Amino acid sequence: MLEDLIYPSWHWSVSGLAISLILMLLTLAGRSFGVSTTFKNICGLVGAGKKNDFFKFDYKEDSWRLFFMGGAILGGFLAGVIFPNPLAVSLNFDTIIALEKLGIIYPDADSLGHGFFPDEYFRWDSLKAWLIALGGGFLIGFGSRYADGCTSGHAITGLSHFQLPSLLTVIGFFIGGLLMTHFLMPFIL
Amino acid sequence: MKGIIFFLIGIFFGITMTKSEALSWFRIYEMFRFESFHMYGIIGTAVVLGAIIMSLMKYFKVKVAGGGLVTYTPIPLNFKRHIISGTIFGLGWALVGACPGPMFVLAGNGYFFILVVIAGAVFGTYSYGMIKDKLPH
Repeated sequence: MLEDLIYPSWHWSVSGLAISLILMLLTLAGRSFGVSTTFKNICGLVGAGKKNDFFKFDYKEDSWRLFFMGGAILGGFLAGVIFPNPLAVSLNFDTIIALEKLGIIYPDADSLGHGFFPDEYFRWDSLKAWLIALGGGFLIGFGSRYADGCTSGHAITGLSHFQLPSLLTVIGFFIGGLLMTHFLMPFIL
Repeated sequence: MKGIIFFLIGIFFGITMTKSEALSWFRIYEMFRFESFHMYGIIGTAVVLGAIIMSLMKYFKVKVAGGGLVTYTPIPLNFKRHIISGTIFGLGWALVGACPGPMFVLAGNGYFFILVVIAGAVFGTYSYGMIKDKLPH
């Protein structure tokens, strides 16, 4: 009985509720829910703050985020390694066909079998995978800082506060995401 | 010892990203092809409930840690900046199939190649910081 509760994935409504509770808990704790600032903090921690004040790591203002992200990593370990869902993500069949055309076989492309990440494509010994990962990461890091937030800061927190700048940013997320998925990925992957 | 509170909320976040499947590269690809309601359901529910919770906290003047009220510091409206920066982010999001939160949670799930993506994101953030004064804000 308990096993039916801790192993399977959650319904989207339960997941959405959980995210809104995380927003509430962080707000109650006096902080703003936003993950991408972690990258800025990492820059500061490795010394970029000496050259540029933008990266300065302020222990009082920023240290909570390191605890939060540390917890997030442990939470991923608990939910994915200790109590994993025995079933892979149930993707739409049309999506599986489209992936096959890109050379990504589902779910075999995920060596761990969860359907979380195509690590058989993103391999350590593939130069192309390194370039895509570094390039994609670069766009995310640059874009989120320029946007002053990512999915958590704008799509969740900003929209929950009825912010027009966040709505426009999220529209931008989708312009970029649709361009990449439908027009660029077939040439890149 | 406040760190422990954030560590615990973080654990909840990591479990949520995993069990919601929002961390899945495949789910993001499926979302951008409009072939599943799953991701839209998650984000939609989170925003509707989040807006209700934030509004109620403001209405009832709930005190947060530090003694203040629930506030939000808006960023200045600049159509061009929001659309351009959002588009840059979206291009990367679709390509590596993970936004910043899920990247760290994927590492916890044992997908260590995502560390390369995180390294790219740190470098992208650094690059922005070095040229930000030349960009429209």
